[in-house]
Amino acid sequence: MADQIHSTKFQDKIERNIFVMFLVTALLLSVGGIVEIIPLFYLDETMEHNQHSEVLWQRKDGQPLSEWKAGDGVRPYTAMELAGREVYIREGCYLCHSQMIRPFRDEKERYGHYSLASESMYDHPFQWGSKRTGPDLARVGAKYSDDWHKRHLRAPRDVVPESVMPNYPWLEKNTLDVERMKTTMGVMRMMGVPYTDADIESASEVEGKNELQAVVDYLQVLGTMVKFDDTKDYR
Amino acid sequence: MQASLDQKYNFDIVKWFTVASVIYLVVGTLVGVLIASQLAWPVLNFDTAELSFGRLRPLHTNAVIFAFGGCALMATSFYSVQRTCGVRLWSDKLAWFVFIGWNLIIVSAVITLPLGLTSGKEYAELEWPIDIAIAVVWLAYGLNFIMTIATRKTSHIYVSNWFFLSMIIMITYLHVVNSLAIPVSAFKSYSVFSGVQDAMIQWWWGHNAVGFYLTAGFLGIMYYFVPKQAGRPIFSYRLSVIHFWALTFGYVWLGAHHLQYTALPDWTGSLGAAVSLAMIIPSWGGAVNGMMTLSGAWDKLRTDYVLRFLIVSLAFYAMSTFEGPVMSAKSVNALSHYTDWTIGHVHSGALGWVAMVAAGALYHLVMKLWNTEMFSAKLVNLHFWLATVGAVIYIIAMWVSGIMQGLMWRDYDEFGTLTYTFAESVAAMHPYYAMRAVGGLIYWLGGAVMLYNVIMTIRQASSATNTSPATAAA
Repeated sequence: MADQIHSTKFQDKIERNIFVMFLVTALLLSVGGIVEIIPLFYLDETMEHNQHSEVLWQRKDGQPLSEWKAGDGVRPYTAMELAGREVYIREGCYLCHSQMIRPFRDEKERYGHYSLASESMYDHPFQWGSKRTGPDLARVGAKYSDDWHKRHLRAPRDVVPESVMPNYPWLEKNTLDVERMKTTMGVMRMMGVPYTDADIESASEVEGKNELQAVVDYLQVLGTMVKFDDTKDYR
Repeated sequence: MQASLDQKYNFDIVKWFTVASVIYLVVGTLVGVLIASQLAWPVLNFDTAELSFGRLRPLHTNAVIFAFGGCALMATSFYSVQRTCGVRLWSDKLAWFVFIGWNLIIVSAVITLPLGLTSGKEYAELEWPIDIAIAVVWLAYGLNFIMTIATRKTSHIYVSNWFFLSMIIMITYLHVVNSLAIPVSAFKSYSVFSGVQDAMIQWWWGHNAVGFYLTAGFLGIMYYFVPKQAGRPIFSYRLSVIHFWALTFGYVWLGAHHLQYTALPDWTGSLGAAVSLAMIIPSWGGAVNGMMTLSGAWDKLRTDYVLRFLIVSLAFYAMSTFEGPVMSAKSVNALSHYTDWTIGHVHSGALGWVAMVAAGALYHLVMKLWNTEMFSAKLVNLHFWLATVGAVIYIIAMWVSGIMQGLMWRDYDEFGTLTYTFAESVAAMHPYYAMRAVGGLIYWLGGAVMLYNVIMTIRQASSATNTSPATAAA
């Protein structure tokens, strides 16, 4: 009975030897991931700035982040924006807000131009999200005033009665830490975000500021980096 | 008989994982009910950081997937690997290390997630020191499992073990790659990947945590416990061979379908969708294999409530593995993505398939391990109906709200402008969010009934074994 083969010789061999089974399974399991992930790191077409260099900020030597203007192209986040982003991740904003506009007419009219891969190239980790319990935020920058955002974060239903977002009263009570932001920017640089030494030194700008202002600064830059030309097909 | 089995096998470790799993089912779904209620009534966030939706939602997903699901998988796999191989676990010490380690990880998740310590990647929120601990404990679990099979007394490796093995290997790949990060402090790190590459890796992880942890692992449960509870051999050996290899090779490709129409290149999303469609075949093959195991013994469903859990779970499995490929098709995804439909789909898999097949297996385990009948068969039946009704209410609420959201967002009036503001779509969701919370509460009640029933069964069984020698002596 035990010697009888019920399937093929190879299948039978696999079923009799755990190490053969381990190897065959491990090999098969690795294929899909390798095929779908690895090319994204080297295929030029993946990132739009390889075809459209204006998508990226063409920074001159020694030029500080503060000289960048909206529409100049994708740049690394300032220390304040990065601090705001840390809070955004900490509070789990990405669980209800996406940052990825799809190329549909209704999304263009509701949120703006479809998102580019290059726009999130410095986002460690990505914040595209998977759910819109609240609206997409990929281009929320410059749409509302700082003051509106602060009121909204403190008590969302004061400005949007239908909202189901939690109140975030604790954000203005927490102050930012300069050293923490320097370390964070250093880590980002280690992972390929092109911060200069001067950029990292500029983290002292967060001194005495609170988390509420940081989140607002982060939200206000979202989607404002690239100046879009509607006649161009970026994808 | 039972005494000799207790000596031959390590049942103690299985007992602890079994009880832990039932407790985590109740805790994890309770957090789920709270966050579902927060979306219907935001005042329930209590203006408190540690209780706000954004921090508790990762706690809910981690608790149900890794605490409840993990303990259920470890209980059932440690039990079935011993029974199907005819040997004791390779290492008792390693097994206890896994139990203690896994539970410490769960405790640290309960502490760190409400504090806002998160890596910000869905279903992989735990920070880097905990991630390292997970890798170590998981490898210890895998080593013990594989070495137990290596020392087996049987000639062939039984099919349930193939599925557990596949899960062990894949989760190792996924966890290690997706968690690669550089720390900025003791409990904060940033993913080494960014933007589009990070998105693809995240959803390669995200979908395969579902595909291997919650599907392959629980199919391992199905292949052992359905035949055992039904008292019949599995319907088709050939079908299980096809099911296993097609699932192992194919499931890995699906993650890209979470990123249709995003900045992920078109070829990747389309590839993900094409393979997703093909996966209907092995998935349904597996569901048929499980259900047809009952062929000729369908009458057992009338009297055996545990079997009901197992068979209904397969119906949910068949349904969600049909729904998934449909949602991955681009035209459907354009509507369903970003909506509650996704949440409904996840829960038809989680509440209907994963938790039901686990409940069936856990009831089976309690009866075998403590060598007794359940304290109350009626309560098992009550749990079954609460779970079924709760899951159906939940899923229907999310189908309706999800499709409604999708349609409202893209609706145009006769002047060619968007009909609804986003806020109007939020307001329209309220009744369905309330309905979802009620469905979840009913489902939770079922879990609570199960916990009570399991505790009473164990108490009854242990007092019986404690008193009987005394009675004999008197």
